[in-house]
Amino acid sequence: MPKRIVVPFGPQHPVLPEPIHLDLVLEDELVVDVVPSIGYIHRGLEQLVQKREFTEYVYVAERICGICSFMHALCYCQGIEHIMKVEVPDRAKYLRTIWSECSRLHSHLLWLGLFADGMGFENLFMRSWQLRESVLDVLEDTTGGRVIQGTCKVGGIRRDIGQEKLDEMHRALDPFEQQCRDLGDVFLNDETVKYRLQGLGVISKDEAYTLGAAGPTLRGSGVAVDLRETGYAAYGDLGFKPIVETAGDCYARCAVRVKEVYASIDLIRRAIDGIPEGPLDVKVKGAPDGEYFSRVEQPRGEVVHYLRGDGTKHLARARIRTPTLANIPALVKMLPGAQLADVPVVVLSIDPCISCTER
Amino acid sequence: MTMNEEQTTTSVALEDLVGEVGRLHDGGYRLVQIGCTDIGGSYEINYSFDKDYQFKNLRLTVGPEAEVPSISGIYWGAFVYENEMHDLFGIPVTGINIDFQGTFIKTAEKYPFSVTRRGGDRCRNA
Repeated sequence: MPKRIVVPFGPQHPVLPEPIHLDLVLEDELVVDVVPSIGYIHRGLEQLVQKREFTEYVYVAERICGICSFMHALCYCQGIEHIMKVEVPDRAKYLRTIWSECSRLHSHLLWLGLFADGMGFENLFMRSWQLRESVLDVLEDTTGGRVIQGTCKVGGIRRDIGQEKLDEMHRALDPFEQQCRDLGDVFLNDETVKYRLQGLGVISKDEAYTLGAAGPTLRGSGVAVDLRETGYAAYGDLGFKPIVETAGDCYARCAVRVKEVYASIDLIRRAIDGIPEGPLDVKVKGAPDGEYFSRVEQPRGEVVHYLRGDGTKHLARARIRTPTLANIPALVKMLPGAQLADVPVVVLSIDPCISCTER
Repeated sequence: MTMNEEQTTTSVALEDLVGEVGRLHDGGYRLVQIGCTDIGGSYEINYSFDKDYQFKNLRLTVGPEAEVPSISGIYWGAFVYENEMHDLFGIPVTGINIDFQGTFIKTAEKYPFSVTRRGGDRCRNA
């Protein structure tokens, strides 16, 4: 029997923009066990609800993560609106959907670039991030912020997108989609990419489901769960079917994200076509008194904001369960059997966002 | 309303927890999260499950000295939430499949991020 050794992976590693630590138990170069640990950037953001009024906490929620920032704010606002029985105007719902899908686009393109970098495919990395820049430009044009948008608030949104700008975005979607399809074609059909990803980090449908995995990690194993199907924001009007792959390997998780890029472009196009005129927000009176588990589909999967108010301006509790935390058990199961050189690619395949996870 | 999913919350006794979780597992529910809330002198622990977007929540209320049985024998991935609950709130959870003994979340500060309540706790951060 080969001698077992433990190799620390992280918290600082070239493929990890954020710190997570894995103790890899190896037999020669083969991974046989994994022990994860987190906590290097734990910020105690949940506890800040006791010091910020519930309307101000939107800004904190948006800063939980620098990639899916808008969707954290959306999830929080939807939870408070449910507790306070606030009906958001339809135009606000559509604009929330457009910004959510822009966020998903730039997150997936960011990930595709990082994944290509992890595989050693440098010009694919640069091309992915080049396309991501055009999405960030749209976010900056329409909200004023590339990373933190600050447009979501309890009761609606703070900022409109004029018809001229919406038309401009619509016109830009066709050439942008073609560029994304050209990029996706490399990820989906290039023999080198396939050779590197297929059969690697496999997790079965049953395992992914019972381990509580989320997002593309879950859908890449054949489980059709996507919270957008519940119809929050404007998804109920637009209609949506989850993107699913069945192989459960790194290639399948990559394919789900590539196809979700196309789906996001389609959703933005249909949201622009169907956006109604009307007010952007409603006035919110009083304070939340009650509780709700608010759920939204982020790029990495389902995020849960548990919110509890006691009728005062400060919430009694906010508990945020992020998709990366839910995907850690799946990662622990998918790494054994991989070679040490493949560990970075497998880790990246769950699209880890540690800033979210730590809160 | 903004959201249209159904959510139910059911209180569960400490001795019935594992059995109830087992029934949900057999019924095809997936574990969404386990979260803890300090309600002043005791703790409320929410075990959340989902099946076809039907959100079910089991609510356990325990005193500060109560030991909570792990559900990681049923849902293997529960260890992340149970270790988090232990590290952030000091809830003793027995029988976790991967028990980090207080080192899952590596915080430099003992308080409020780790166990300070129980002198005999095995937690290495304490």
